[in-house]
Amino acid sequence: MARSNKPIVWGPFAAGGTLTAFLTPVLIVLTLLAGLGLTPELLGYDRLHAFMGHWLIKLVAIGVVFVSLWSAAHRLRITCYDLGVRADAFVATVLYAVALIGTLAAAVFLAGV
Amino acid sequence: MAEEMSGKPYLRPISSEWIFRHPRYLRYMVREFSCLFIGGYTLLLVAGLKSLSDGRAAYEAFLECLRSPASIVFQVLALAFAAYHSITWFNLTPKAMPLQLGEDFLPDAAIAGAHFAAWAVLSLAVLYFAGAF
Repeated sequence: MARSNKPIVWGPFAAGGTLTAFLTPVLIVLTLLAGLGLTPELLGYDRLHAFMGHWLIKLVAIGVVFVSLWSAAHRLRITCYDLGVRADAFVATVLYAVALIGTLAAAVFLAGV
Repeated sequence: MAEEMSGKPYLRPISSEWIFRHPRYLRYMVREFSCLFIGGYTLLLVAGLKSLSDGRAAYEAFLECLRSPASIVFQVLALAFAAYHSITWFNLTPKAMPLQLGEDFLPDAAIAGAHFAAWAVLSLAVLYFAGAF
């Protein structure tokens, strides 16, 4: 049987597409409120520091960052192809690498919270 | 003839002008470009996590950054694109996971509608939990 890495690439894309559809708009609303000076309680330093300090929340946050970045990277890769960029292997490597580095950075930062 | 028989694969010339040929193609591209805003916004959140781990002063500076006009503009655009992604994604759910009950399939509107309802409830729950209202 022919082996394919498609499910590995596509699985996190579908998961990320679904998760970002449910979660990203409301997260943007929260930071937008903070930007407009109506900072929600949770985004205060003490509250957020305590909230993000829990190991379970850290794990969830790393998962959210990973699937969000991965699905964005995957979609951008396909879009580059659609727009006529044919260096797919290069584009895919760069974009997936950015997604993985971003996730790793989030994990490192969270370890310090 | 000799040229046609050479082993080179034929590469169809590709350009990006096709996206303007039909409004549907343009809407597709708008949907696909939402990934730039969702990805960019996620990286902004990672920067926020960095400031949180760097301590109170760094985090306050991050909040100050969120108040800059450029960041407000970015977030408003990101919100519009993210919402467009949500709407298109949920509208596709009946195609992605059709549900059969006995002889019949559950109507598309019911499957998509359930997702929209869950989205609304979840968003309100997050806003409530975060103390936004």
